[in-house]
Amino acid sequence: MGSTSEFNRRDLVKRAAALGIIAVPAMGTLSACATGGGGGDADNGTKNKGATSAKNPLGVKKGVAMEAFIFKGGLGDQYAKDAEADYNKTYGVTVKHTGTQQVGPKLQPRFAGGNPPDLIDNSGADHLDMNKLSAQSQLQDLTPLLDAPSLDDPKKKVRDTLYPSTLEKGKHKDTFDVLYYAFTVYGSWYSNKLLKDKGWEYPTSLDDMVKLCAEIKKAGVAPWTYPGKYPYYVHFNLFSQIAKIGGLDKWIAIDNLEPKAWTSNDAVKQVVEHYEELAAKGYFLQGSQGLTHIQSQTAWTRGKAVFIPNGSWVENEAAPTTPKDFDMAVGPLFDGGSGDKMPHGTVRAEPSEPFIVAKGGKNPVGGMEMLRILLSKKHAQNFATKVKSLTSVQGATDGMQLSPGLSSAAKVVKEGGQNLLMIQLQEWYPKLTDEKLGGLTSQLLTGDLKAAEWIKKAQQYADEFAKDDSVTKFHREG
Amino acid sequence: MRHGKYRFIVGFLALPLLIYAIFVISPFVQAFQISTTEWSGLRGTAKSIGLDNYGKLLHSDEFWNALKHNVIMLVLVPIATLALGLFFAFMLNVGGRARRGAVITGVRGASFYKFVYFFPQVISITIISVIWFNIYNPDPHDGMLNSLLGALGLDSLQSSWLGERGIALACIMVVMVWANVGFYVVLFSAAMASIPREIYEASLLDGANRLHTFFRITLPLLWDTVQTGWVYMGIIAMDAFALVQIMSVNMGGPDGATDVVPLRLYQTAFRDSQFGYAAAMGVAMLVVTLLFAVLTMRFARRERIEF
Repeated sequence: MGSTSEFNRRDLVKRAAALGIIAVPAMGTLSACATGGGGGDADNGTKNKGATSAKNPLGVKKGVAMEAFIFKGGLGDQYAKDAEADYNKTYGVTVKHTGTQQVGPKLQPRFAGGNPPDLIDNSGADHLDMNKLSAQSQLQDLTPLLDAPSLDDPKKKVRDTLYPSTLEKGKHKDTFDVLYYAFTVYGSWYSNKLLKDKGWEYPTSLDDMVKLCAEIKKAGVAPWTYPGKYPYYVHFNLFSQIAKIGGLDKWIAIDNLEPKAWTSNDAVKQVVEHYEELAAKGYFLQGSQGLTHIQSQTAWTRGKAVFIPNGSWVENEAAPTTPKDFDMAVGPLFDGGSGDKMPHGTVRAEPSEPFIVAKGGKNPVGGMEMLRILLSKKHAQNFATKVKSLTSVQGATDGMQLSPGLSSAAKVVKEGGQNLLMIQLQEWYPKLTDEKLGGLTSQLLTGDLKAAEWIKKAQQYADEFAKDDSVTKFHREG
Repeated sequence: MRHGKYRFIVGFLALPLLIYAIFVISPFVQAFQISTTEWSGLRGTAKSIGLDNYGKLLHSDEFWNALKHNVIMLVLVPIATLALGLFFAFMLNVGGRARRGAVITGVRGASFYKFVYFFPQVISITIISVIWFNIYNPDPHDGMLNSLLGALGLDSLQSSWLGERGIALACIMVVMVWANVGFYVVLFSAAMASIPREIYEASLLDGANRLHTFFRITLPLLWDTVQTGWVYMGIIAMDAFALVQIMSVNMGGPDGATDVVPLRLYQTAFRDSQFGYAAAMGVAMLVVTLLFAVLTMRFARRERIEF
């Protein structure tokens, strides 16, 4: 071999560039768009706006290109393509459609370059930071959409067809700029058939759950499983269980990163200790801490575990491995005791699947019109049929023949009545919940961390985030 | 003729140098510039904040934790990879029994092994990660490793592998070694082929065994190649991004046990939208990588043996 020094210099620099600075591709655009892109602050949804009419209340200009970026995860993207077909027919264009799992990495440079697509389904693990986008006023204010008449009934505004929580959750400060299209029910999912066959009942309280777990384990089945690769799935239950027992106002203090919000809440102690007990008694499927969501769901649909913390997208996502007679169902949150602040039947059901319209896009009006089409009864029902999930359109699925999981979800929402919980922490501070608290939870469930330690560290992390200026903060009222 | 010579050289070098400057040097300079801003990465303008990002980096436990794992990899992965690579290459080229007149041969089936070793090089790192993630699947029936252990009656050794805090990083390092060793087998084989056979024959006549020939002849004559491989492997160990991102639980978990700097950089940039801070991490990594290369070159220097 020849001298190494030449190899070293040349390849070293090349390698370092490749591995170190991922931001490189975005850099060319940095200087380019400081002068080029931008400049869109003045036009608020008026770019490429045409004349309005009863049939076209937002004023979409015919023939203007429209681009949609749809997250293609558990829900797929066919439902969006169906709505786009309607858009194409009405406005004489073909919507440029991209289905992807990597919304963030693909669109970040386009936002920086001032050339974002018009409509974005900003979901999945790699989604865009909507807080930052909103704070930098890059998101289209969707109020015109809310005030436009709905597609089904010209006398009814779109605003009045949606769940109230959709209107609340979509706000950044005072601006409504995110439309959560789906309505997800979170909770403990199980097979009705399995429970019936074994003569078990869905428990009503945390204590009953522990008792049932003992029975299940005796029968040779694991009571619970969870995706250890994404431990924040456990938070779907853990967080809302805290809010159910301790009351929403105390949970809002946690959402708002208030000092001592975790440590001063007795419900936190009760719930985290419950999980510590489940772990200590070995009630989780062996090896869960290394499973992906798909793997844990498969273990569950095969009857290796009885319960799984999940959201209502699971029915669609686990469909390939679900037996026909599985009879999927979700149950309400468990009671902690007589001191519970919220009644039995309380459930976490909240808007999900955030759609945003980029203000800097070429056709923001078209983006909004696409949402109006998606929010029509026809497409809400199409969504329910295709992907087995509810939408933010109230009562759109009434009278429909629903799949087992979806009808169970619709049932707990109905029984929950006014007691539907919404958790913001995960949406606002993903690093805190998914990485930091997720790390704690994964140790809690393997028995490596005690409940007291979990709470102490959770508070410590929350305090760090509250102090960190680089994190955009949000506030919700009780 | 003198003038003509320089014009000739400049004429040939100008274009490549220009391309190099645009595509290699300028991103470095820009990365440094970005690291002095609080750029979110989502719009075209950014505010300059001087060296604040570096101050933040120095006090970030997360960053030091990630860097610690990179350094562990930097020490262990090249040693394991190069040692295995050398051993395999030696066995394939020199380690066999004498047969059919040839004194120096590899073990039986050497060319088949060469193919097997090199195979991981052909597959993309993403696929390797997915394959190994499934090998490490903790399910005692679905997981390849666990079901193999079960079939051998070694149930007590079954583990959740990547979900286990104590061994997750080691599990990932094993894959790194596995994926890279083939390249070094081929590299060292090529280098060994250039060692004159007579040297081996002479030493064998003198009664040297395989161990002697390896340490007294092969290794010293391969030293330059080993050194090059070391630097190259070290730089791969400083990365580990794709493997950790795809395989680790909870993105660098459990609880940060497998976090590496490039993954932290990626998360900071794309999840937290703090491109300025992420660029500072990139610059810090560049410094560490350069430092590593310079030190390796300095301390691994040996007198060259001419043959």
